[in-house]
Amino acid sequence: MENDDMKQKIRDILARHGGLPMPVGELADDGDLYAAGLSSFASVQVMLAVEEAFDVEFPDSLLNRKSFQSIAAITRTVESLVGSAEAAE
Amino acid sequence: MTLALATSLAERAGRVAAVAATHADDVDAAARFPREAVDAMIAERLLSIQIPPELGGEGASLSEIAEVCSLIGQNCAAAAMVFAMHHIKLSSLVSHGTDSEWHRAFMRRIVAEQLLLASATTEGGIGGNLRNSICAIEVAGGRCRLVKDATVISYGAHADAILITSRSHADAASTDQVMTVFTRDQYTLEHTQGWNTLGMRGTCSDGYLFTGEAPAEQILPKPFAEIAAQSMLATSHLLWSAVWYGIAVDAVARAQAFVRAAARKTPGTPPPGALRLAEAVNLLQLVKASTIAGLREYETAKADAERLSSMGFAVAMNNVKIAASETILSIVNQAMLICGILGYKNGTPYSLGRHLRDAHSAQLMISNDRILANTSNLLLVHRQDTSLTG
Repeated sequence: MENDDMKQKIRDILARHGGLPMPVGELADDGDLYAAGLSSFASVQVMLAVEEAFDVEFPDSLLNRKSFQSIAAITRTVESLVGSAEAAE
Repeated sequence: MTLALATSLAERAGRVAAVAATHADDVDAAARFPREAVDAMIAERLLSIQIPPELGGEGASLSEIAEVCSLIGQNCAAAAMVFAMHHIKLSSLVSHGTDSEWHRAFMRRIVAEQLLLASATTEGGIGGNLRNSICAIEVAGGRCRLVKDATVISYGAHADAILITSRSHADAASTDQVMTVFTRDQYTLEHTQGWNTLGMRGTCSDGYLFTGEAPAEQILPKPFAEIAAQSMLATSHLLWSAVWYGIAVDAVARAQAFVRAAARKTPGTPPPGALRLAEAVNLLQLVKASTIAGLREYETAKADAERLSSMGFAVAMNNVKIAASETILSIVNQAMLICGILGYKNGTPYSLGRHLRDAHSAQLMISNDRILANTSNLLLVHRQDTSLTG
């Protein structure tokens, strides 16, 4: 999957499940989602939706604030999982 | 800390506990600040034990501090809770303030002057979720100003400094918070609510309108989200649990004294409360084991910010709090059944009314319902560690 497609999908998920006070379009790729108002409850909902959308499961080592700090960080986290799944095939 | 120092820490804590015991009933009856016990903590220099040696402190571990909480808690839960809450605030300074010159100097001051720290995280209108703020700190010209409707500031009127949360600026989201240290000369407190409660009456957790102004460098340099996740929530659950364990230990000690006294009168016949005592001691061991496991997990994770921020760690700390707060109620209740009317009456060697009332606060200070809701959300993605010892 192209990186930009992935980012757009992640932005759509954030718009639906992030509960952010501003439109997701106003967020920079590296903008801090927690500072933007992402609650710990919403971050779990976003994780679930990302797992479903990309058919991946986050190992516990990636279930932390850093992996979900920004749109760019979520993209890197998903890429590392999709990449390792492709490599295993 | 060396073994010799650790021994002397227990001795120092023992002297504070003895003072706390003398005044515990009066502190409870009058709902007054445990002044004598806190003065004893100051005399024994216990308010700075957590501060690293390079800043003049003793570098005590959280386990050592928890032991002191339990020792004092066996005699006066309110005094122990004041000690615990002070060290929870101090853990945020020690964990997140050592890179900031102002906070380093402030820690040296805590050592020299044995300053008592209070916390103002609760605010009218946030619905009990301390990870939200309505008030915002204003920073201009190197100064910061804050007004907060703080519905609870435990021992606020007796503290030397208050660590207070707010939004980081006027336009910040409610979860974009910072924590700022204000010293007593930098704020005023206008009393808004009293603290006439069932138990934990000596914490004097009154409500105040806080108005403060200070140099902006007193704002802790890390987002409060990190401070909460990496020091405050874990140390709160662990040190509170240590205090609650202390309440339960003393309740069981009273019940055991009751059973032994009965046994001595009727040798050969097991006294009626003996089985209940065995059950209570079993529950007490569960609380102890869970709290110790939590403390060990914290000490191991302490150096690893990733681990401290992980879901597995949050679930583990939540569980320590839930287990201790629920189980001590069963333990104190068992002790009451054992001691009967002499446990129910005040002023006997077996009185348990204060223990029972103090223990009831445990499920409410951060509501267990809120904590279970948080855990259940985490469990939607976090997978449990299936190893026994890992």
